[in-house]
Amino acid sequence: MIVTYALIFAFAAVSLSLLLTMVRLVKGPNTGDRILALDTLSINAVALIILVGIAGATQIYFEAAMIIAMLGFVSTVAVARFVLRGDIIE
Amino acid sequence: MSPEILDIVIAAALVIGGLFTLVGSIGLLKLKAPMARLHAPTKASTLGVGSILLASVLFAYASGAPSYHELLIIAFLFMTAPVSAYFIGKVHIHLGQNRKPLPKPARDRIWATQAKHEEDTPSVPEMKADA
Repeated sequence: MIVTYALIFAFAAVSLSLLLTMVRLVKGPNTGDRILALDTLSINAVALIILVGIAGATQIYFEAAMIIAMLGFVSTVAVARFVLRGDIIE
Repeated sequence: MSPEILDIVIAAALVIGGLFTLVGSIGLLKLKAPMARLHAPTKASTLGVGSILLASVLFAYASGAPSYHELLIIAFLFMTAPVSAYFIGKVHIHLGQNRKPLPKPARDRIWATQAKHEEDTPSVPEMKADA
């Protein structure tokens, strides 16, 4: 019972933080802020997927969370390198 | 561990995780300088997601089908968060978003991240020696 309420709270908090990150992504005055917002967005998406997995009491969503975590990191590094060097793999 | 205590621990981990994730995103939105904004999501959000993943491990244990592979995501996120923070910080320096100018490099004329092309023209006009 207490887990249900905590789950609802965590859903609300993570969804709200996704929304706030989206605001920074749209507003962000320069490229660095946008890259940071995208990175945060992928991390929060991992949290949301794991919460869906807890709510459904299933392990199916684990791979999706893992792949989003990995691709989020790789894409952050790729965009940052593109801004820094004008090329991703030199 | 009795089921009630385990339930309380899971609920606490979920609430802490949600709060930390929210704090990270509020910091991302509210802080003023770009370098200060870098702190909030890379530390608070990573910790919050780690707590939620821990809650998932404990929940799987409590519901009778223990599985620990969420620990893999925790390890991965905790390893990659500093790396991506470093890269984004370097982007900020490259775009001239740092508050104070950089100190003079020890041996070279300018920092490599501020070099334009083959000829090392400083991208910032005059770098003060120690500001």
